[in-house]
Amino acid sequence: MTDVRPPVADWATDFDHQHPDYAANAPEIWDELRDGCPIAHTDRYGGAWFPTRHEDIATISKDVVHFSSQGVVVTEERPDIPAPMGYAPPITSDPPFHSIARGIMLKFFSPKAIDAWEPTVRETCRRLIADIKAKIDAGETTIDIASNYSQHIPVSVMADMLGLPRQDGDVFRGFIHNIMEQTGEEPPYEESMDFYLDTHVAKRRNNLGDDLISYLCQADIEGMPLLDEHVRGTIGLLIIAGIDTTWSAIGAGLWHMAQSPKDRDRWTNDPSVQPFALEEILRFYAPVTMARLIAEDIELGGCPMKAGDWALLPFPAANRDPEAFERADEFVIDRARNRHSAFGLGIHRCVGSNLARLEVRIAMEEWMDAFPNFELADPDAVTWSTGQVRGPRQLPVLFPG
Amino acid sequence: MKIKYDRSACQGHNRCYMLAPELFDTDDEGYAILLVDGDIPSELEEKARLAADNCPEFAIEIEE
Repeated sequence: MTDVRPPVADWATDFDHQHPDYAANAPEIWDELRDGCPIAHTDRYGGAWFPTRHEDIATISKDVVHFSSQGVVVTEERPDIPAPMGYAPPITSDPPFHSIARGIMLKFFSPKAIDAWEPTVRETCRRLIADIKAKIDAGETTIDIASNYSQHIPVSVMADMLGLPRQDGDVFRGFIHNIMEQTGEEPPYEESMDFYLDTHVAKRRNNLGDDLISYLCQADIEGMPLLDEHVRGTIGLLIIAGIDTTWSAIGAGLWHMAQSPKDRDRWTNDPSVQPFALEEILRFYAPVTMARLIAEDIELGGCPMKAGDWALLPFPAANRDPEAFERADEFVIDRARNRHSAFGLGIHRCVGSNLARLEVRIAMEEWMDAFPNFELADPDAVTWSTGQVRGPRQLPVLFPG
Repeated sequence: MKIKYDRSACQGHNRCYMLAPELFDTDDEGYAILLVDGDIPSELEEKARLAADNCPEFAIEIEE
């Protein structure tokens, strides 16, 4: 955020997920609300609701009649919606169009299709680690592994998957910043993500390959090619939803390991724990809070939700609900029962979840292989993002020479 | 032990396929396919429980 947000008077009646205090204290705020006011409200953003119990979050996620996906990022204004697909199908689509748009994506992102990307992801992580080792060899003792490692992995993989230049990573991050952090200024078309994508899609149509843009250019709905806005919106979705999120999960996993010698030892000495550890990272540090626009008035938990209000879906808060998880407030590296909802619940389950899991797994494996023991340079220097994607944005790690 | 799998509740999280590939496959869209009809071999009972206990959508139930 570039502007200064008014202080939050009371989280139950005036919450603000974009306030710096939220970034610094989100888990404590979730716990406090869950005990005292399990569906909070704010007049900010034109009216928004904030549930913190797993049950309520699941109920809203699965009620696609009262809770529309045509707005998924909370803004002051209500989105001007191109029906039926929304800006970024399928995440912004409601039934029945949703399942058509989603079906196209599911084939590309199925677990078996995504397995083929493992060598690309591993090569990316190894390249970044080699760069970090070169810096250490050159005498650097403190390196920010958010900006030198976790951030680059999803950018590089997404660029490869879309067939776009890896060096456009900074361009992608600019688009993400504009859209997710609500700078409030609409850039001119020539500087917008739409322009960038329109240009690349037009070029690709004349030169098809085996990348995801080419796949979408050749996809059809009942024999009709996808509309240009559909192709563009879906690619935009992958850039917006596939980068910050995974960056955050990897960063949070590393942040955790940097502070827990016990969990580092367990990871390294008992590889059978790793699949459970990765899911526990996703539960405990779930990055994504989704949102819905209320389509029809409904009462939930005694709260009168009105059409046009927002409802936030803080999946990380659901993941720490003691009604849903034993020892919910503890990171349990070998947690065997873990129905976490890091990737959402219901028909909008994250379409890229298999790719995200692959990236988090390889990023952790390669890092822990290279640096089985590592520590934060200064825990107070770690900063967390505000808004609907939560993760460490600066993560300085000490490499004593 | 038997597994009851509700395809209409499955949203393709793939937790079952990851934890118990002997019992679950996935289709080309990533939704689960139950591979075992009838009783679960005893050596796979633990994996069946894991698959059920990790399904975010409660789409898998164990019948003992």
